[in-house]
Amino acid sequence: MSKQERTVEESMEGAVVYNVPIPKDLKDMDGMAPIIVKSPYQVDYIHSYGQDSPFFAGLANKRLLGTHCTSCGYTFATPRKACMECGGVCEWVELPQEGRMHSFTVCHFGSEEFLPECPYVLALVEFDGVNSLFLTRVVGLDPTAPSLDWIGMKVKARFRRLSRLKPTDVWFEPV
Amino acid sequence: MRPVYVLSGGVSKFAKARPDKTFQGLVKEAWDESIADLGLEPKQAIELVDGSVASYFSDHFQRQLMSGIMAQDYLGLVPKPSHRVEGGGATGGLCFQEAWKSVASGSMEVCVAYGFETMSHVQTWKGNEFIALASDVSFDYPVGGFYSGYYAMMVVRHMQEFGTTVEQMAMVSVKNHRNALHNPYAQKRMAITVEDVRRSPMVAWPLTRLDICTMSDGAAAMWLASEEGLARIEKATGRRLPRVKVASIGRGTDAMRMSDRPHLDLDTFTAKYALPIEQDAASRSYYRDLWERGARYPGIHSFRAGRMASKQAYERAGIQDPMKQLDFVELHDAYTSSEIQTYEDMGLCRYGEGGPLAVSGRTFLPGIDYGVGFPAASECPVNPSGGLIACGHPVGATGLMQGVFALWQLQGTIGRHFGNPRLQVANARRGAIHSHAGTGTYVTVSILEREGQGGTP
Ligand SMILES: [Zn+2]
Repeated sequence: MSKQERTVEESMEGAVVYNVPIPKDLKDMDGMAPIIVKSPYQVDYIHSYGQDSPFFAGLANKRLLGTHCTSCGYTFATPRKACMECGGVCEWVELPQEGRMHSFTVCHFGSEEFLPECPYVLALVEFDGVNSLFLTRVVGLDPTAPSLDWIGMKVKARFRRLSRLKPTDVWFEPV
Repeated sequence: MRPVYVLSGGVSKFAKARPDKTFQGLVKEAWDESIADLGLEPKQAIELVDGSVASYFSDHFQRQLMSGIMAQDYLGLVPKPSHRVEGGGATGGLCFQEAWKSVASGSMEVCVAYGFETMSHVQTWKGNEFIALASDVSFDYPVGGFYSGYYAMMVVRHMQEFGTTVEQMAMVSVKNHRNALHNPYAQKRMAITVEDVRRSPMVAWPLTRLDICTMSDGAAAMWLASEEGLARIEKATGRRLPRVKVASIGRGTDAMRMSDRPHLDLDTFTAKYALPIEQDAASRSYYRDLWERGARYPGIHSFRAGRMASKQAYERAGIQDPMKQLDFVELHDAYTSSEIQTYEDMGLCRYGEGGPLAVSGRTFLPGIDYGVGFPAASECPVNPSGGLIACGHPVGATGLMQGVFALWQLQGTIGRHFGNPRLQVANARRGAIHSHAGTGTYVTVSILEREGQGGTP
């Protein structure tokens, strides 16, 4: 099992092939190696945050907004306009900007979009008086020394100066 | 609802990449095995089937919409009725249950469930991105969308609440990879140790590469039938088939975003989520202690959807004590951690006891060399096939692969299909298959049972 790890980075680059050999007898074709072609695919999505838009307006103004159910009183750290507990209508409320690490991980690998940022600390943050959690990045912890002691650590929100209108406009750092 | 029998199944070879076949070709490979096992000619098989259900998760991997109908026509099953189901990692489990519904409702006498995924068409990191799109793209995906990261956060909380260790998780990987040594269908067959798992490259702390299943290309197919459908096939083949019945199905769900999972009090847990076996005085006092130490349910450490699916399936099949009343379980171990969490959801132990159960020996097979000894004897083998971790996880095929392996266990035909009987659970009469999506968003549990002695060859 102690196989050497691959050291050469794989890539999608390669030669362009312009002709393919073909046997004279068609009976010989069933065993041929499969032909594999590369086809790129790029697309710009027009994504509306819809009823969740005020959350992103909040981030652009360095404010962290959650929602509060007007019927049952449940408070969501990640906003929902419709209450999952009772079906009631939720209103916008400001969340505390200080919370605690509820759980975390260090990502050493990931989706293509985030590979350049590895390793990064991903965490769920809990707030006093708020019923649900908030997913965020935590900056300022040593990613080479993760420990269960990080759970419960006090963290505070920091905001991007120039908003990109993404949930990463906010991140947390140890207090 | 009418009784539904599972007659036959087939599984293609799972591999990191199967460029030798298109997805239709892979489905055909699984279908051909399922009809050969029944002793049918292809044309006969087509005539005997009333319709089908197709199972595949992502349209992104192939950039092909309506793949289901392309499998349907490749098999020669047009113009018979069919539809596609999709529910993330639970797609295969949902497909099995939809096929069950087609027969149980009286809509079909013979229904085929087939599923596939061809994940090799993009590079692994792009595949991770496609899979991460199964998380909220407004709030979760852009923060660092990566499923292994999500599962790592869940098990970190499990470790914090219950003291679960990375060595306990690694033991799941050892069990499943070593079981797979005797399963020729499996993608990764390795005699590894706990140390190998821990020395493997870190993916998302504390999960290493050997704690996590890989992406695969593959397909699987299953035949379900009513009594009338069974008689129709026995007449065509002139053979008597073993009676393996679907005893019950169960399903549950939970919120897409982990951050939205509730933290419920003990009374709510006891009233709505506890299994009958957890209602005795000892369990009540055990759970009172857990809550006093700060545990809440389900939080992010437990899969409420898995508990709901199990509870429903057990109630309908009359199962009180799953550890004693199930002879084996094939469950969705996309991560070693999720196998431990699922032990608890499925009531094989109490919440918090999954870690110790994983190293007790009770979920291991007798007579297999795991490289270590155990304090307890084999009781209810979990993932005797090797599970997702070793067999591979071509998403739409996975839940059906579990179903096929469970069927062979109950038929007593593991020896014939695997070329050796090492993974055959002795006298297997009842087993469960468990299929799981997202971070525990859709979960299905189906109970399969052998009637009498059947026609075991
Ligand atoms: Zn409410």
